[in-house]
Amino acid sequence: MPVRFTRSDVEAIAGLANLDLDEQEVDLFARQLGDILEYANQVQQIDTTGVPPTASVITRHQVDRADQVRPSLDRAEALANAPDADADGRLFRVPRVIG
Amino acid sequence: MSVPAATLRELRGAIRRGDRTAVEVCEEALARIEAHDGALHAFNTVTREQALKRAALIDRDRSKWRDHPLAGIPVALKDNLCTRGVRTTASSRILESFVPPFDATAVSRLEAAGAVVIGKTNCDEFAMGSSTENSAFGPTRNPWAVDRIPGGSSGGSAVAVATGMAPLALGSDTGGSIRQPAALCGIVGLKPTYGRVSRYGLLAFASSLDQIGPLTRTAGDAAVALSVLAGSDPADATSAPQPVPDYSASLTGEVRGARIGVPSRLLDSGVDEEVSGALRTALDALVARGASLVDVELPHAGAAVPVYYLVATAEASSNLARYDGVRYGFRATAAGPEDDLRTMYARTRARGFGAEVKRRIMLGTYVLSAGYYDAYYLKAQQVRTLVRRDYEQAFADVDVVAMPTSPMPAIRIGERVADPLQMYLMDIFTVSANLAGLPAVSVPCGFTAGGLPIGMQLTGRPFDEATILRVADAYERDTRWWGKQPLG
Repeated sequence: MPVRFTRSDVEAIAGLANLDLDEQEVDLFARQLGDILEYANQVQQIDTTGVPPTASVITRHQVDRADQVRPSLDRAEALANAPDADADGRLFRVPRVIG
Repeated sequence: MSVPAATLRELRGAIRRGDRTAVEVCEEALARIEAHDGALHAFNTVTREQALKRAALIDRDRSKWRDHPLAGIPVALKDNLCTRGVRTTASSRILESFVPPFDATAVSRLEAAGAVVIGKTNCDEFAMGSSTENSAFGPTRNPWAVDRIPGGSSGGSAVAVATGMAPLALGSDTGGSIRQPAALCGIVGLKPTYGRVSRYGLLAFASSLDQIGPLTRTAGDAAVALSVLAGSDPADATSAPQPVPDYSASLTGEVRGARIGVPSRLLDSGVDEEVSGALRTALDALVARGASLVDVELPHAGAAVPVYYLVATAEASSNLARYDGVRYGFRATAAGPEDDLRTMYARTRARGFGAEVKRRIMLGTYVLSAGYYDAYYLKAQQVRTLVRRDYEQAFADVDVVAMPTSPMPAIRIGERVADPLQMYLMDIFTVSANLAGLPAVSVPCGFTAGGLPIGMQLTGRPFDEATILRVADAYERDTRWWGKQPLG
């Protein structure tokens, strides 16, 4: 079963993923994602009736702990890697969010 | 006992006896990097001053450090492990200047055991790749043939150990990223059981598959490293509470009665002839030591690659959503005052991520999107259950499953870059251990006629690293592949 991606399919996925792809990438990914999914379609042939999904292999173990206040990352350290931190070192600055 | 030629245990002994100082050992490791890293590019960052200072501290407090298992041992860390105050890039433009304010638990544990961090190693961007060609800072080269890949994604760590720049390196393994470069560079690479080593401070790729582990020259060295790294950690809820055995104590050389499963049908096709030949000879050596071979069926192993690429990309698309140019990392500056937040996100991610990372984010976003979730993601998770059951069934009868680590020796740089699917198919023998959460180790088992290393992979039951290390160590006692080094 061939899987085909149109340019607008790829642009829609890129929109969901917050990726501003250029023209070349849109063409390239349309072809490559189609090839990869066509190959991945072999999983459809496997009978999984009644088989539960595995999201994680961990065996359940107790990870609850007491709800105690402990020291956390210092504010200056938390802001140190920000590309645009407020001059007073109190917040992350971002471009306009609404209108 | 010079650094390039020594195993971790030999160096440790020399330092403990006082034959070598930690500073001498550190200087030799740094000199080795200086001499060869220009041509090989194993390292993104070398922490020269910091390493020498730390080694001097260990020499000064000799009595305090004497019995620590890694006192004075130089270690290289894959550049996706957070190091406080030392740039951690994941070989990505988007984190090119990221300096973490904390250490990964695996790193703190190594340092508490006396290790001296000498640098951060190159890898595929965010560990996505099997060749280390997907690094934003350029590829790492295989020291056995510099026009070839070292494997990946922990290619820099593998090259650092293979060339004797460090006797121990850490890597991360999501679908083979420790074992495959170890095989292609002629060293030992161990992916522990999922949950055996804390993932806190590892830049996440696919959280249900990622695991940190050691790359070393011998199985015995891997045992020493794992004893330090393993154990539960309150900072990682998926780290396992199982007690940590002394893995070195399990290296008895005894394999009489061990049952080794060989999935012959899986190995029937698609494996390079020299690789199959080397595996057969290696299995004969284990039989000569008293192990027995048992044919096992892993009926769903053939589907493991598509299952892996559906599950891993889905998790990656979610994990990498955090790189948005706000809290850390690169931000693409505004084109004009009309720019809004969404435009900034999309432009930052477009310029910050390389092609393979974008491809995987796109694939993962698609398989999780409305209308395709059941057909791809859920279906893949169900087949993942079948892959696990195959192994459960096999381990009812055998102690270890053996196969090649990679179906082929190292390919040429650039050979498969244009065809991602062909690149993904190289992971056929490694991805199952991640899907099933099992421990697996790659051990050197020969060379091609052209002089390229070949690795044998031994997979074990959950939390039974002791058995795969015991078998690997026994094999090393009868062979000298592990002792061969490139660069003379």
